[in-house]
Amino acid sequence: MIRFDNISKRYPGGFEALSRVTFHLPRGKLAYLTGHSGAGKSTLLKLIALIERPSRGQIFLDGINLNNMNSKRIPQIRRNIGIIFQNHHLLYDRPVFDNVAMPLMIQGYRHREIGKRVRAALDQVGLLNKEKAQPITLSGGEQQRVGIARAIVHKPALLLADEPTGNLDPELSREIMELFARFNQFGTTVLIASHDIDLIRQMKFPMISLSQGTIESNELIDTGRLGLAV
Amino acid sequence: MRARPRRGPKQNSRIVSYLTHHLQMFIASLGYLSRQPFSTLMTSAVIAIALALPAGLYIALDNASHLSAGWDGTTQISLFLKDNVSIEQTEKLAEKLRLDIEIEKVSIIDRDQGLKQFQQVSGFGDAIKFLDENPLPHVITVQPIVDQNRPDQVIHLVDALQEEALVELAQLDMQWVKRLYTLLEVAQRGVWIIGSLLGLAVLLIVGNTIRLDIQNRREAIEVSKLIGASDAFIRRPFLYTGMWYGISGGLLAWLLIAVSLGIMEDPVQKLAALYYSSYELSGLGSSDIVILIVISCILGLGGSWMAVGRHLSDIEPS
Repeated sequence: MIRFDNISKRYPGGFEALSRVTFHLPRGKLAYLTGHSGAGKSTLLKLIALIERPSRGQIFLDGINLNNMNSKRIPQIRRNIGIIFQNHHLLYDRPVFDNVAMPLMIQGYRHREIGKRVRAALDQVGLLNKEKAQPITLSGGEQQRVGIARAIVHKPALLLADEPTGNLDPELSREIMELFARFNQFGTTVLIASHDIDLIRQMKFPMISLSQGTIESNELIDTGRLGLAV
Repeated sequence: MRARPRRGPKQNSRIVSYLTHHLQMFIASLGYLSRQPFSTLMTSAVIAIALALPAGLYIALDNASHLSAGWDGTTQISLFLKDNVSIEQTEKLAEKLRLDIEIEKVSIIDRDQGLKQFQQVSGFGDAIKFLDENPLPHVITVQPIVDQNRPDQVIHLVDALQEEALVELAQLDMQWVKRLYTLLEVAQRGVWIIGSLLGLAVLLIVGNTIRLDIQNRREAIEVSKLIGASDAFIRRPFLYTGMWYGISGGLLAWLLIAVSLGIMEDPVQKLAALYYSSYELSGLGSSDIVILIVISCILGLGGSWMAVGRHLSDIEPS
């Protein structure tokens, strides 16, 4: 699903966030991306979502080389990715329902279908009764779950999460991680960046550790078979 | 992740979802504006004033040209004949002129008649009694057919009449008509220039307002881009907002003009009455109103297009 081939990312000013990163996350897998802050986790996720472009190397997403992607086609790629942020990026000028419905609106789903899917997504994150609430009135954990509902409502093939439990207490964090595990059971490929090593160890999924922009260790088994297609 | 995603049965076809989104944004942008009535009204009022000024001048010019057109009927050329021309020769010339297609009416004032009229109106009646003989020539008055669009035609006619052998002097009584037309032409150019400048101002006003809107909704734009909204999708609500600014500005401009004309109507009629005329101000016709609204709509759309093209690409998720 995601293949990084010798990726380096140097920001203007000379800071090298990633250097020579190579890994392969197969379709249908869930993996964690760990490392201290500044290790390059966020940069790696941004490269997949085409928010940043690599300085060197090639990224393949479902077999498509992202280097050749012109900006006109970026929206199409992003529509198949669900992205979850640490600060959840909810829009406070509209209720929960409208926030979650955004990806469906963009993709031109029918009105009735939008209602059904938004409620299904909210149900999955346990917030079915909050669809009319304003996001600002929700707790941090609830807001994060609204963000997750928005990321999964259009059933993307790939889910990216950047420190999804960053601001949450251990119990809520665990709940969220279990939620991701459940999505993965339904076939979604998931990549979660988190520095919460203790929690991750409990979850028993493969881990890619980054340190100062390079891969320190990689528990994904087929790293060696880079030549293979997705 | 497919390069060319298939659309599921639960999704509208591309064209339907495109039109649906247009309709949604058409209404949603109106809702957005009505939720902040004060600033919307302010922007619309500025646009309205900028539009009402050239439109008002246009109406003033229109009225002025009607006014001069009303007086064209009395345009008259006086032919003062040479001193030695007899009344028979005068009548012959008058007959000949009556056949000219450019001439509507010809009449003769013979020298005795002329003297009588002169005595009556000039106030020199007593002085004239002392004259040995009548110093006046025979006069033929010619009323030309005036084509309103071609005031210079009359001038050519005057030149032609001057060439007649019996004519000493051909004089156009309404030389000022041509001057007025020329003046109106100059004023018309002026209105075009003012109109263009103020149109540009509307473009900039809308552009700036939309720029602020874009900044206010930065977060929503970033999120939309992150979840795969195309540029056109993001652009749409702003374009519609600009269009609404234009339309409401245009409507308000119409209102301003109507009110101004209402205020001026009374004194204008009084003035007309002093000239024994029943002149009435003509306002904006229905086609003028449509043109005004269409222009303001286009300016609003253009202004927002400028702002959107310039500022939306600056906002990228980070």
